[in-house]
Amino acid sequence: MSDSGFVGWFAELGLADRPQVGGKGGSLGELQRAGIAVPPGFVIKTAAFEQFLAALEREAPLRARVAAVDPDDLAAVTELSQQLRARVHGTALPAPLSAAIARAYGQLNARQQAAVAVRSSATTEDAADASFAGLQDTYLWVQSLEQTLDRVRSCWGSLYSVESMTYRRRHGFAETDVAMAVVVQTMVDARTAGVMFTRSPLTGDRSVMAIEGSWGLGSAVVGGDVTPDRWVIGKITGEISVREISDKQICHAPRSGGGIESVAVPQARRQAACMSDEELQALRMIGRKVERHYGRPQDIEWAVDRHSGAILLLQSRPETVWSAKEAVPVDRAVADPSLHVLKIFGGGNR
Amino acid sequence: MSQSKPKQFPLPSSLKVVAGTESAQAAYPYYTQFEPADDQRFWFYNSMHFPEPMSAFDMVTAEAAYCALGASNTRVHCLPTTLGIDHRIINGRVYIGGNAVTDPQEIARRLEEFKQRAFYYYANWERLYSQWREKMMALINQAQQLPKPELPEFEPLANVHAGLGVAANHRLLDTYQKTLEGYYRMWHHHFEFLLLGYGAYLTFFDFCKKAFPEITDQTIARMVAGIEAEIFRPDDELRRLARCAVELGVDSQFNGKLSADQLIDTLRMSGEPGHAWLKELETSRHPWFNINVGDGFYHYHRAWNDDLSMPFASLPDYIERVKAGESLERPVGKLLAERQQLIEDYRELLTTDDERAAYDQMITLAHRVFPYVEGHKFYCEHWYTNLFFNKIREFGALLAQNGFFPDTEDVFHLTHYELESAIIDLMTAWSNGSAPRGPARWPQVVAQRRAAIREWAKHETPPALGAVPDVIDDPAIVMLWGITRETLDSWLSGSEQDPNELRGFAACRGVVEGTARIVKSVDEISRLQKGDILVCQVTNPTWAPIFGKISAAVSDIGGSMSHAAIVAREYGLPAVVGTGNGTSRIKDGQRIRVDGGRGVVTILH
Repeated sequence: MSDSGFVGWFAELGLADRPQVGGKGGSLGELQRAGIAVPPGFVIKTAAFEQFLAALEREAPLRARVAAVDPDDLAAVTELSQQLRARVHGTALPAPLSAAIARAYGQLNARQQAAVAVRSSATTEDAADASFAGLQDTYLWVQSLEQTLDRVRSCWGSLYSVESMTYRRRHGFAETDVAMAVVVQTMVDARTAGVMFTRSPLTGDRSVMAIEGSWGLGSAVVGGDVTPDRWVIGKITGEISVREISDKQICHAPRSGGGIESVAVPQARRQAACMSDEELQALRMIGRKVERHYGRPQDIEWAVDRHSGAILLLQSRPETVWSAKEAVPVDRAVADPSLHVLKIFGGGNR
Repeated sequence: MSQSKPKQFPLPSSLKVVAGTESAQAAYPYYTQFEPADDQRFWFYNSMHFPEPMSAFDMVTAEAAYCALGASNTRVHCLPTTLGIDHRIINGRVYIGGNAVTDPQEIARRLEEFKQRAFYYYANWERLYSQWREKMMALINQAQQLPKPELPEFEPLANVHAGLGVAANHRLLDTYQKTLEGYYRMWHHHFEFLLLGYGAYLTFFDFCKKAFPEITDQTIARMVAGIEAEIFRPDDELRRLARCAVELGVDSQFNGKLSADQLIDTLRMSGEPGHAWLKELETSRHPWFNINVGDGFYHYHRAWNDDLSMPFASLPDYIERVKAGESLERPVGKLLAERQQLIEDYRELLTTDDERAAYDQMITLAHRVFPYVEGHKFYCEHWYTNLFFNKIREFGALLAQNGFFPDTEDVFHLTHYELESAIIDLMTAWSNGSAPRGPARWPQVVAQRRAAIREWAKHETPPALGAVPDVIDDPAIVMLWGITRETLDSWLSGSEQDPNELRGFAACRGVVEGTARIVKSVDEISRLQKGDILVCQVTNPTWAPIFGKISAAVSDIGGSMSHAAIVAREYGLPAVVGTGNGTSRIKDGQRIRVDGGRGVVTILH
């Protein structure tokens, strides 16, 4: 198989490729195509995982054992998880595959040696990826090709984590349909990072956006390790109606030798807003663009590059909570528009 | 929270007339005095329209306005759930109470009437509104035609030869009665469309709040507010006059050193360009300087036309800006396009075509009615009210000449009944050739009442009286005063509020800190320094010229759709309006923070 069978660059991908590149990979490709800045990168497609897995299956059954395990037997699932993850992690990648990844990695780092993020992008044949969100691993600040290849195997292995297998078994996914792509992208050295909902998480209001951010890498916000600053901003007007600047005691920062660590925020910056109003407005415009592109409210992860000041998106997925309970229409047209005023004058509950 | 005793407003019967002011209180008509049965009802202090104790004459505004509002609600349009507003006066303060309709059968009966009346108005709005403008202009014309009240020694010969058959003393009474009649009539015109207009606006407002629960009031207001409304005209005219001054080359005269009168004299003597500018001034003044510095409810809210110092104060700054190359013209086309874009952007966020269709109907209706809601004030509360109070001033001058009281303005310490009796006293005396009795009676009454007003102003008055209602479902009260059950709760918990915090309506966003300048009259405007925060009772277009100088505005009166708010947004000035008592709680020179997006003012010291 040629490199393009195993590896796809974001610019070549879109949502339609989700069966091959997973939800995360497809979304990053789609964003880049829509003209949204994302950290550059490529996806190791599910075909690579399938080839790797086929070699494992030839040694001993793997998927069949997952399909047979009782999801309510925690001890059994745990033992199986340990066995399968050890197998995945302990097996070398087939040579053509590691060569393809090495070439893409070299291309990504052609200009300068930068750290990468290695992120799981699981999928099923019908690309019902949303339900897998957060169940598989992500590795930040990976610093060499060797480490990258190692983390790719870890991502694949995380498909066999206790939570992941239990979830699939409980929801009746066929194991043969489930596959894992892996995103490899340049790590953003984030000054500030966080999340953005393009509707209110409190009321579902589509005319406002809620932004949360904190110093350093976004993992501190996503993982709940810090109380982030919080803003509510009018999607159309740009009016900042809520501005809560919190005491941000820690931040996530790169650790020497790879990975990340939690470090104390200097006193002077703890209670300072981690985003300027101009940056919030720029983020708002990005959010609007993404929402327009997808035609529905989004749940976005973003970061501000420490060096360039650029705002980059790391992830965008459809908002699910409020969209799932899309309400009855607030009102509908009536034959005589005057009838609308009876809501005020007619004895309704005001 | 601890279990405190149920919270309660004082009963009307427990609210005492301030000692020593009993006779001044007794001057107000018997039907405005609290009576025992009033303890059973809920009343609130109308601080929005009457933030200061009202003099005896000025109470005619409350009476005329509630008569007309009530008639419109109760008898003309037959609002299903509400009748009119009752008013009571104590210590110069106006308390009002609504009359809700709660019987479902009665509501249903009134609803059928309402549909035949109000819906006809909505369907024929443009025609009826253009007819309204004609009626209103005719009324203004009539008021302008009323003769100056005077009593010559002998009836003019011409009148005798013409066989007029009535003498000057009769014309006095006739003019006074027509003056009053016109004022009562004006208030009927004022309310002809008002509730229907607010109702249509609120319908759209409620829709937006449901569809977009976190939308700000200001944003909805921006979608509805007119771009070419009358309220912008007075300031537009000043900008035009500034351009004219530069074009005519007379701009060097506007150096801020001459008073308005001196300036006019100088221009009059400076040849053709000066004359040309004065001609332009006359064009602008009539009618656009018929705007008063308050909301027209007090006789001392004087118009620009009566005191040119206010408009002239802003001319030097405007002239500088013209010379610096600014056009000073409002970008009407751009503002209209921005409003349209805002409406379309929100429309796009709606989820279904059903919702979009309803939205279209409601915004269309709101736009249809809003020119009236915005426009009527200029004609009613400004232009007509100025004519009215100035006519009363003419009677004041005549009575003062005849020794009824020392000063022209003292006339406003008589009720409209008492003024008629004083006029009849004078016309009787004039006819008999004897001396009027008034000079022996009114001077001490006027002195007493002047003292009472000063005394009442020192006493805080409760925001509400009587039984606390479970809900406020009277659309008139919600619409005109913005009072809801939540408002009452905040009043009831008044003592628990942060003493350094004032809340009002968020009029225009932006957070500004600066020095507070309490400005209660035009004379005090010169005290404003660049960057100061204006704290006043009511901001309206007359203040617009100084908006370039100040950094924020705080007012006692106004809602998110009030002129104050509209003008603040137009000029991008952070503003909190309707704080109720900003001018008394904030002290001149204090450092304050204005958060115009949240409607909060904080006293920082």
